[in-house]
Amino acid sequence: MQQFLRDAVEFLPILLQGVTLTIIVTVGSLLLSTVLGLVWALMRVSGIGWIAGLSAGIVNVIRGIPIIVQLFYLYFVMPDLGVSLSALQAAIIGLGIAYSAYQAENFRAGIEAIDRGQVEAAQTIGMGWWLTMRRVVLPQAVRVILPPYGNIMIMMLKDSSQASTITVAELALQGKLIASSTFKNTSVFTMVALMYLTMSIPLILLVRHFEKKAARR
Amino acid sequence: MIELRDVHKRFGPLEVLKGISASVTKGEVVCIIGPSGSGKSTILRCINGLESYEAGAIFVDGAKVDRSSPTIVAIRTQVSMVFQRFNLFPHRTALENVIEGPVFVKREPRAQAIERGRALLARVGLADKADAHPPQLSGGQQQRVAIARALAMQPKAILFDEPTSALDPELVGEVLAVMRTLADEGMTMIVVTHEIGFAREVADRVLFIDGGVIVEQGPAAAVLNQPQHARTQDFLRRVLDPL
Repeated sequence: MQQFLRDAVEFLPILLQGVTLTIIVTVGSLLLSTVLGLVWALMRVSGIGWIAGLSAGIVNVIRGIPIIVQLFYLYFVMPDLGVSLSALQAAIIGLGIAYSAYQAENFRAGIEAIDRGQVEAAQTIGMGWWLTMRRVVLPQAVRVILPPYGNIMIMMLKDSSQASTITVAELALQGKLIASSTFKNTSVFTMVALMYLTMSIPLILLVRHFEKKAARR
Repeated sequence: MIELRDVHKRFGPLEVLKGISASVTKGEVVCIIGPSGSGKSTILRCINGLESYEAGAIFVDGAKVDRSSPTIVAIRTQVSMVFQRFNLFPHRTALENVIEGPVFVKREPRAQAIERGRALLARVGLADKADAHPPQLSGGQQQRVAIARALAMQPKAILFDEPTSALDPELVGEVLAVMRTLADEGMTMIVVTHEIGFAREVADRVLFIDGGVIVEQGPAAAVLNQPQHARTQDFLRRVLDPL
């Protein structure tokens, strides 16, 4: 135990650098996946056949390819096509795209849960499609969407560790580097696990809050 | 003001409107009665473009109702609708429900819309409920808010789709009273209803619809008191004397 505490004090600064990158990757890809997911979902419920079909196709392609392969593609293949991304950029974009599929399905489910009568009421006061979405459907769908959204946030925090495979020195990779140079596997990976857990707990509490709020109606 | 010319509408293999022709002049109150599934509500939904129709034509103030045309928005702001299940926006207060259309569709200044909205809520007897959310209101109160929301668009006509059918019996009167006031003030109204008493007292004209066609129509007293057609007689007997 004392040994662990000594190691912890020694490795903490390096691991915290990893934590910073983990947070950057998670927040960046969360924002990107939210925007893209919303676009896919709105395309899907647009009521225009080919746009809905295109959205379904995009979501299925993204869902059908492992995240790690999508990251490799962005980081190792895109340069051949003339697009060079830094490892961090590739990680944020890759995870953002990969998770946009799940975000889209969640948003779509939330939108479709809203009573059809709401859309009709909006139409009868002259609202167009976009105004109906913005003022009537989405504000109500948010309550349905938030609890699963919180779970996606937790999954994204953990899956940000996959960025290590394309050399982003986030928490998991920093841990691995320290462990392989000091052979203190137990101390290092225990710390890494505890640090992920520490970051997850606020999100878990947030999900519980969302669920309570959604249940209140 | 509103004119239907030989309107046909089908849902898949089922033809719900088989050639409806009718016209409603300004200030007129027309009640549509008939058994469920006869196509009554579908007529209203076609008039403001919630449903498309396959053949015939519908005109509102001379403009053809066409769901796929941008002119549909202008028509909808002129012809409001009140639904059986109210369809108020549950995430907004009564007042916000009323001013939503004026502020976001008609771009009326917010302060002015609020002032008008409060006056409209007072007119339907709900001045003190402006800040209540729909789930806090009774069915009758919700429907009156919905009527205020329809009026806020300053429509040329209002379509009522069974406005009292989802209400507890003791709440029906308060909604019908508001509708009667509107009729007295000269609002053009088309009302799909099972309230024969309301139709008899308020309607200028009654259409009896069955099987997607207008079976009988005429002045309210004539159709309701001396129906000529056997199907109308049968329907009225069953509605007025269910036992």
